[in-house]
This record gives sequence, C-alpha cells and structure tokens, in this order.
Amino acid sequence: MEKLLELDNLHVSFQTYGGEVKAVRGVSFTLEKGESLAIVGESGSGKSVTSKSVMRLLPNKIGFIKEGAIRFQGKDLAKASEREMEKIRGAEISMIFQDPMTSLNPTMTIGKQIMEGLRKHQNMSKSEAKERSINLLKLVGIPNPELRVDEYPHQFSGGMRQRVVIAIALACNPKVLIADEPTTALDVTIQAQILDLMRDLQDKTGTAIILITHDLGVVANLAQRVAVMYGGMIVETGTVDEIFYKPKHPYTWGLLASMPKLNAESKELLAIPGTPPDLMNPPKGCPFAARCPYAMEVCVENMPDATDVSSTHKAACWLLDERAPKVEPPEEAVVGGAR
Amino acid sequence: MAVVEREKLLEVKNLRKYFPAGKKGVLKAVDDVSFDIYKGETLGLVGESGCGKSTTGRTIIRLYDATEGEVLYEGVDVHDKKSRSELKKFNRKMQMIFQDPYASLNPRMTVKDIIAEGIDIHGLAKTNKDRDNRVYELLETVGLNREHANRYPHEFSGGQRQRIGIARALAVDPDFIIADEPISALDVSIQAQVVNLMMELQKERGLTYLFIAHDLSMVKHISDRVGVMYLGNIVELTTSDELYEEPLHPYTQALLSAIPVPDPELERSRERIILEGDVPSPINPPSGCRFRTRCPHAMDVCAAVKPKWQEAREGHWVACHLYDEEAVKQQN
Repeated sequence: MEKLLELDNLHVSFQTYGGEVKAVRGVSFTLEKGESLAIVGESGSGKSVTSKSVMRLLPNKIGFIKEGAIRFQGKDLAKASEREMEKIRGAEISMIFQDPMTSLNPTMTIGKQIMEGLRKHQNMSKSEAKERSINLLKLVGIPNPELRVDEYPHQFSGGMRQRVVIAIALACNPKVLIADEPTTALDVTIQAQILDLMRDLQDKTGTAIILITHDLGVVANLAQRVAVMYGGMIVETGTVDEIFYKPKHPYTWGLLASMPKLNAESKELLAIPGTPPDLMNPPKGCPFAARCPYAMEVCVENMPDATDVSSTHKAACWLLDERAPKVEPPEEAVVGGAR
Repeated sequence: MAVVEREKLLEVKNLRKYFPAGKKGVLKAVDDVSFDIYKGETLGLVGESGCGKSTTGRTIIRLYDATEGEVLYEGVDVHDKKSRSELKKFNRKMQMIFQDPYASLNPRMTVKDIIAEGIDIHGLAKTNKDRDNRVYELLETVGLNREHANRYPHEFSGGQRQRIGIARALAVDPDFIIADEPISALDVSIQAQVVNLMMELQKERGLTYLFIAHDLSMVKHISDRVGVMYLGNIVELTTSDELYEEPLHPYTQALLSAIPVPDPELERSRERIILEGDVPSPINPPSGCRFRTRCPHAMDVCAAVKPKWQEAREGHWVACHLYDEEAVKQQN
C-alpha cells in the first residue's frame, strides 16, 4: 500500500492564561491511500486537535505545533507556509465538521459555496463549475439538484446540509477527507443515511478518510483501522477487528464495557471511574494510570512504549510487558461473544 | 420484572401542546399523547429531534401549560387551576434533570446554594446547620464530597455538573423525576457513571423515572418500558425487551436498524432499513398516519385514516394500520 499521510511524533500545545496545555503529546500514525482510519477518544483526548493540525487550522498565536512532522506526499505540512497550505486545503485534504449549520455560509447559495473551491483550485469557468456542482449534489443524493443549487443553507434540513458539506469537501477530488464527528449532530435515521453515503462515496472516489468520533458504533460501521486516543496520546491502534475483538489496552476495554449492548441482557454498565487527566500538568507516566483498575507502580512513573501485538496492532500498556501479571479483559468488554 | 397490580403514579391523557408558529400557523409539538407511568418504574421516551419527547416531559411537569388533555399525578390533574401553594406541594414530588449540565446550573451561585434552593423554597431545613448537612449528604449520595459545596459550577466537569443537577433534583425528596436527555452531553465513559448512579438511586429511594433520550441503546438499558415518538405522536409502547426483540411499528423497526452497533462483523453483515427523506414539518404534518411519507409499508388507508392506538399484544401498544385487521381488510 502507498503511504499518503504520515504523522511522526506530533506535539501540539495551546498557550492559555493558566499555562501551556499539552493537547497532543507524541502522536504518530500513517494513512494509506483509500483507507479509512478512525480516531476514537473522549472530549479532550486530542483527536480533533490532531486533525486540525494536519489542516493547519489551529487558532493563531494560541495553538502551535511544538514538535514533530506531518508528511503528506513527501512534504512536511508542519513547516509549510500559509500559501502552500492554501493550495492543499480543499484540494488535496479537505474536512467535514460536526455541525452542518455553522460550517456553511448562510448568506451564500449552496452552489456558490461548492463552486468556490472549484474556481480557486481547478480554474474552472463559472458554467463548468456550476455543472460540476449540480453533479456533486446528485452524487451526494440531493433531489432536484438543478433547483437546489440556487438555494440557501436555511432551506435545507440538517441531514441535507451535511450532504452539501460532503459535496463541498469532495468537490476537488481530495486524496484525504477528514471527517470530524460528521454524524454527531444528526438523528439516527439520518446518521444511517450519511454513513451509507460516505461508504458509497469512498468506494467510488477512493478518497482516504480520517474519521474522528467518540461513537464506537460509527467506527464499527465505517472504519478499517482504529487509533484510540487518551490524554493526548494514541494508546492503542489496530484493525477494526483487532480493536473490537482483541483489545489490549484497559482504556479500550473501558470504552467497550461502558457502552450498553442492544443485543444483550442489561447488566450494570462498567463505568470508568474518575475523569480524564488535566493536560496542563499531564501525568508523568501512562495518562490512564489514575483511572486504570490494573495500574501498577511502574505505570505512574513511566510511560509505556507501544508494544507490537501483531504486525498491525500496537498498544502502549505495561500489562503487555513480559514481567507484568497476566490480565484478562472484563467480561463486559467482550464484543460479540454471545453469538 | 414481575409485575402484579401495579399502581399508577402518573396518567397522561390525550395531552396536546401546540405552539403558535407565525401568522395563523400552529406547531403541533405534542398531539394527542396518552400513557401511564407506574410507581417505581422507568419509562423511556425515545424519538428523533422534533418528535415532541422533550415537550411532553416539560408539559408533564408544567413548564409548559397543556393546550388540551390531562396529566394526572396520583389522580390529581397537574394542569388544573391551582394556587401557588398547591403547585408548590406538587413540585416537591416531581423534579427534573436537564440535558445541558453547562446551561442548567446558575454560574453565579455556589453548588451549596444551587442544591439548597429547593430546600429553602419548601422550608425543609430549620437551621443553617441542618441545611448544610442536607447538602453535604446529597453531595455524597451523588458521588461528590462536601468540599465541593462552596465551589462554583465552572469548576466542575460535565459529568460532575450532571451529578450536581441530580443532587438538586433529589434535595426535595421527590417521588418522580423527569430526566430530559441527562447523558447526551457527556462522554461515553462518563455516561455510564451517571446512568449507574441513577439506577442505584432508584433502587435505594424507590424513585420513578421518565427518561427522555434519543440514544436507544442507553434507553433500553435503563428503562422497564419504552415509548417511541414520531412527529408529536407515540407510535409504539411496550416493555424494553419486547420493543427491541419484536418491534411492530415500521418506524421503530427502522430506528432500531439505523443504530450502528459497536461490533464490526455484525455491522458488515447487517441489513439496514434506511428511511428515505426527512421528518416532515410539524406545522403541516401529513394526514392520517404521520409516518406514511417515509414508511416502506404505506397503504392507501394510511393517508386517509389516523391509525388507532391499540393493544396488539398484551402490554404491547402500537398505532399502525398493519396491525388493525379491519384496516387491512378494507385495503384488500
């Protein structure tokens, strides 16, 4: 497979009134052509900051890339100038945001907003761009695209707006699509439509997707590979089957166990006690140690290295060290065991 | 759960709540909804945004005045003309937990004063010391500690704020709590904490819950019975196990099949019912059955006649012509 995007030891911080918030602390992953990678984590885990760094959309002066590289087709985006980034955003890498209402301009017609990128990046004439916009609307399943192209965002429903946002993101055939919680603001029946659409479009266009979400159901539906983030770090990464059926990190166990299962008897949910770490003063050792039921002395003092479980599966946990006691995941974290 | 001779705590009868919408327009947020809630149970109410589930909850507790219909709490109509003191008595028995833990706590009040507000209004504490002790006790009940009493809401995380909201609801020792999307704004691992807390409290204090949410898997987990709403109507109501195992209404079937399950293999093999289009506007809802515009089984009769609310099986209520023999006969 061809490496498209590679993050290497990325550190991102925010300078705030109270001090430096170390939001991302050494994240590395690769994205291959045409694959879909999900980044899962709770709020404050650094998943959105990671994706915004790739687009270099961190708030000016406050947020900055402290260390590390973001290699996209051989170019380090961490060091790219604003001008260079403008050529990449929307054309090579594009992004879908959570809230389709605030990511569209209410004073511009849908057509104009789709055409913006086409005119800028592909030097299309107005009529060409309009025709392509109509085709894109058709592609994302909007009925009567010839009419709707001249309408404004408020004339569309939530699900339809998200379709428009997807059409804009795909307008210039980007190689990477970053979808930051693309269905969180939508109702379940609409979410099902949008997930269906995204899978379908990926088959058709071969765009690689980075899916940022907290919903493990959405991950199981759309992703091929998964990276689990906690406290600004990737604690476990693997194929979707490895993460769901053979999870190795206690945080991943906790996530899986705290979700109620539709197809199982209702037992008490296994909640993860406590709250995520304060990234102003991140813990010295494993970020999950304070909430981990299996934490040992070493966990508090030293950050574990990522251990290879298989060629595609890595987890950063001291339990995988040969000196550690053998621990089995809790029963509640077992997915699909009943069938 | 073995159910023998259950006592009704709350009866909702033909409840309607309309809002004015522009010139002559009327938004029928809740349109003829009836159900009962039994003592000690949790009734879940699910549906998509705009289906009227929150309006139902808010009308029950009289945050909104009902346009029509009755809400009987232990046999007394909540929406009758009432004096302030009568309402006060009633408010003590019924409390609410809100969705947004950031917006539902006054940022300028200390946690102690937030929790004690109900205690003060109802005069439940005789001395200041008594008041403090009650607050400390409540904080410990919801898994916080007494040091938190003098802090302000901004010092707490979302999950902790929701615990404060629960402590505030518990302060007046209510029998019935309406929880309107109490966990939607929280992270997954924190959601489980709050749900576990709510279930524990129910066991300890014999509380009755109306649990409003859009997350069906969580609703199934916490509820004894579940009602499904669509565009201002309840379309199906039964025990949570039966609803998930044998959903009758085509909307419930679609809703259940739309939820992505955290199980990749199952996700790959599963056949989904994907509904076409969006929910129609509640200002001008479709005639007859409101779901017919998106229903894969819609018949002619669905546009003409509003389906009856009937007991298709014991304890399993549904409003759909597919389960009405007369309607099906007429159709053929």
